[in-house]
Amino acid sequence: MKLFTYERAASADAAVAEGAAPGTKFIAGGTNLLDLMKLQIETPERLVDISRLPLNTIDEREDGGLTIGALVPNSDLAADPRVIERYEVLSRALLAGASGQLRNKASTGGNLLQRTRCYYFYDTAMPCNKRAPGSGCSAIDGYNRILAVLGTSDKCIATHPSDMAVAMRALDATVVTQKADGDRRRIAIGDLYRLPGDTPEVETVLEPGELITAIELPVPVEGARHLYRKVRDRASYAFALVSVAGVVTMDGDTVASAALAFGGLGPMPWRDPAVEAAIVGKPASDASFAAAADALLANAKGFGSNDFKIPLARRTLIASLRELTGV
Amino acid sequence: MFGFGDKTNSLTMNEPVPESLLDTGAQGVISRPLDRVDGPLKVSGTATYAAEYAVPGLVHGVLVGAKIGHGKVLAIDVEAAKRVPGVIDVVVDFDTFIRNAQQGGEEGAPTQGVKQVDYFGQIVAIVLADTYEAAREAALSLPVEYEYKAGTYDFEAHKDEAETPPRGLIPPHYSQGDPDTTYDAAPVKLDVTYVTPSQNSAAMEPHASIAMWEDDALTLYGAYQMPTSDASQLAKSLGVSVSKVRIISRYIGGGFGSKLGIAPESVAAAVAAKQLGRPVKAVMMRQQVFEATPRRSNTEQRIRLGCDADGRIVSFVHDSLVANLPGESFFEPVGIGSHSLYCGENRRINHDMVRLNLGLTGSMRAPGEAVGMVGVECAIDELAEQMGMDPIELRRINDPLKDPEKDVPFSSRMLTRALDEGARRFGWNQRNATPGSRREGEWLVGIGVAAATRNNQLQKSSAKIELKPDGTAVVSSAMTDIGTGSYTIMAQIAAEVLGLPVERIVMKLGDTNDPPAAGSGGSWGAASAGSAVYLAAEALREQLAKAMEVDPGDLTLKDGEAIGGNRRRSIAELVGDGMEATGEIVPGKQEKQFTQASYGAHFAEVGVNVVTGEVRVRRMLGVFAAGRVLNAKTARSQCLGGMTFGIGCALTEDLIHDPRNGKLVNRDLAEYHVPVNADVPQLEVHFLDERDIHANPIHAKGIGELGISGAAPAVVNAIYNACGVRVRNLPVTCDKLLAGLPAL
Repeated sequence: MKLFTYERAASADAAVAEGAAPGTKFIAGGTNLLDLMKLQIETPERLVDISRLPLNTIDEREDGGLTIGALVPNSDLAADPRVIERYEVLSRALLAGASGQLRNKASTGGNLLQRTRCYYFYDTAMPCNKRAPGSGCSAIDGYNRILAVLGTSDKCIATHPSDMAVAMRALDATVVTQKADGDRRRIAIGDLYRLPGDTPEVETVLEPGELITAIELPVPVEGARHLYRKVRDRASYAFALVSVAGVVTMDGDTVASAALAFGGLGPMPWRDPAVEAAIVGKPASDASFAAAADALLANAKGFGSNDFKIPLARRTLIASLRELTGV
Repeated sequence: MFGFGDKTNSLTMNEPVPESLLDTGAQGVISRPLDRVDGPLKVSGTATYAAEYAVPGLVHGVLVGAKIGHGKVLAIDVEAAKRVPGVIDVVVDFDTFIRNAQQGGEEGAPTQGVKQVDYFGQIVAIVLADTYEAAREAALSLPVEYEYKAGTYDFEAHKDEAETPPRGLIPPHYSQGDPDTTYDAAPVKLDVTYVTPSQNSAAMEPHASIAMWEDDALTLYGAYQMPTSDASQLAKSLGVSVSKVRIISRYIGGGFGSKLGIAPESVAAAVAAKQLGRPVKAVMMRQQVFEATPRRSNTEQRIRLGCDADGRIVSFVHDSLVANLPGESFFEPVGIGSHSLYCGENRRINHDMVRLNLGLTGSMRAPGEAVGMVGVECAIDELAEQMGMDPIELRRINDPLKDPEKDVPFSSRMLTRALDEGARRFGWNQRNATPGSRREGEWLVGIGVAAATRNNQLQKSSAKIELKPDGTAVVSSAMTDIGTGSYTIMAQIAAEVLGLPVERIVMKLGDTNDPPAAGSGGSWGAASAGSAVYLAAEALREQLAKAMEVDPGDLTLKDGEAIGGNRRRSIAELVGDGMEATGEIVPGKQEKQFTQASYGAHFAEVGVNVVTGEVRVRRMLGVFAAGRVLNAKTARSQCLGGMTFGIGCALTEDLIHDPRNGKLVNRDLAEYHVPVNADVPQLEVHFLDERDIHANPIHAKGIGELGISGAAPAVVNAIYNACGVRVRNLPVTCDKLLAGLPAL
């Protein structure tokens, strides 16, 4: 941990004004940032503590959706009766992540911005383009069991570790932010993250000082079945090898609507319209499920020790679709 | 060697000890499931661990690990570190610092000298600062210049260069009869190779030392399992007399072998404290625990079993490859259990060593059996299937009546009884021998069995008991309690023999100022230090008899009172100004005249997810015979912990080195997966009643490692029974099962 200054933001306006300065990071729960700072993977010069800002409520909107304050702890969000009833996939995803202690501390906004768990990103003795741009990627030819098979580049194959964000992606959540100049914007969660390309160190479209203040969930899909299925190396406290978040409605035997997002496969919570197109409007069947898996994995590329994720994702998706459609 | 003069009651185990005061004691506390006497301190956070002593003027040290796998340190930029506010100095002592930890029980210094780097993470310096944070900041960014050399990091690539290691606990090579010819001629043959990965003890408490010098005498608060030999190792490393080194290890937050010998933080702290003239604390970061403390070697085990048509083994071959650093003599004794577990007149048990520039390999819970039993017990399962025989029956047929290599009997052995009792309790007869035949929803369910065995050891140990005029007793020894329950069982032994309530026993462990002991390791702690406590108490009992003017045989001690010769007097009264005695146990001929081991059987039921290949253990049972159980609760806890280790060995634990540069890839608890609560189902433990009169005067055998020995293969065999996929490369993670699972 490098020496840093610490200040507590009195308001969101003050936070964003401070946050734009170079070397500044916001801190809320600190469940990821502090670990990274201790190991000098993150070396901010200044921390602006936003944890006491009044962004910790879950409110119902007039349109029937839910607005989640960015500082709502993961455990509170998972236990909220409205979330359990209307957005079950989100509650399940949250409870599949981390441990009880971590969920008590971790914030909703911070969860979206978790950094990868790539072994080499975590080790400052090793080259890593995400941590030290231009130094090279140790994972591509190294041990990459937990890393990505979709959306990778020749600079980075990191995965995004969040479970919650996968569910949010399936729910079409919108991220509400406040920028350094005070302007607010609303970003569809699918637009929040960036693929690594040549700049894996840039993970989101957020600008310096831009603060996530809330996450909006749209009106819940009526009559939908929800599922969050996480495949992992131990029964708890392990990151997803593959995860599937699904929200599906049926019209008789036909899939009326489907929202499917994936964790453990890509550098962001993954969603591909072609996967949903393969099943929507069609009778639920193993044939269309196989087509969905084909669509998901058409461009999948393994790097050796993570090759198994491709067949694993295929099987997990098919089993998930069976469960979601009742086939 | 210990020299206690006349008051030492010393026993060398040359003869059996059929009578034990623990059987005739009137207090009735031995074997009872008492809560830990140190429990309240631990749950209230008031048990002081090594890193927690508040020492005036303490300086915080953070160790610096090498960032190359092989080569040489050319320069360390000490001034750069000093520019970090709060940093006092960087101590570099290339000659004195130890390259790696020492193995348990050694009297000498471990390999010293750190200018040459032999593995990634080797400790080369210590940064000292007023705060931990400043020391860590400077340590992590300390500029070190290296000369790189090509290292050997890839086990697979260097297998052909394996060499014979020096003799360890067992000889590296053993052969009897003609194993190859008889194997070739056997009507039934099995030839399989099992691979187990490297593992780390991953104790909750990281390695930690506080070093304080007073003139030329060193006191070190350390997290060490064997303070007596650790003090010797430390003294030799520092070039001082062992009489000048005191180690205090009152509480240890798990050791599992990784804290048997001194680790690099102790010498670094001691050297730095000397140079600075102030006490220095050095606590390893979690990543350093993984990189610079002993790991269990990976193993490659080729097992060949040849048997006759009835299943009697005629040829038993267990050839293992293991790894260690250049120059280190320890080899993982993979075949230690194989020497006496099953019949077979023709035998070969070999170990060869691949030298690699990866961290030191050493003892981790049940060195040898924990992974060696994976190969043997999975092979037995495969052989039974090949023969269409029940695997318990195959084991029964091959359960030897005497040691198959030496012409000596077993001191006690309940292998078949444990298997039978376990089969009955677990419902083994419900097993369908056809794999994949039981499905519950998405889960393929199977059960498996494996034998448990762990060699029994006795180590020279001593303890002192002082009977105070107030009727309390103070028991002191350089024995340790590494979370096992030593404090409690020693108190129970003293209480039983002296006829005192346990509350009146004051326990002092973990200080080399007290009588020397072998400490905690190799499951010998309870039997060794426990026997020493017993012998001290026996001597005091004789003194009390004398004070009562009765024959010791006519004396009954209970609830603080002595009864004999139609008189009843309080012990406090008899004690006068106080009494004391020292007990000492010494291993003797009994361990040559009898093969001593504890035995048991593991049963596991697992579910294999037919979609994903995820394995979840559903229930486990361990049936164990380990001599007298000294405390039914702490003994059970030891077995539960061992079985949990077994689950980790079977399913999750896998220490991975990058073969390109020797870098440890997964070096934290997020990515080195020990089982978490959700991985551990209801575990059941059942003890068979047993006494071993050849082992020691308390008739107990080792228990701390029995629970792991055989646990993993029971799980692996259950996986096969569940889904029909034999994975011979542990851990059995979902990726290894996927291809063998039925199409969806």
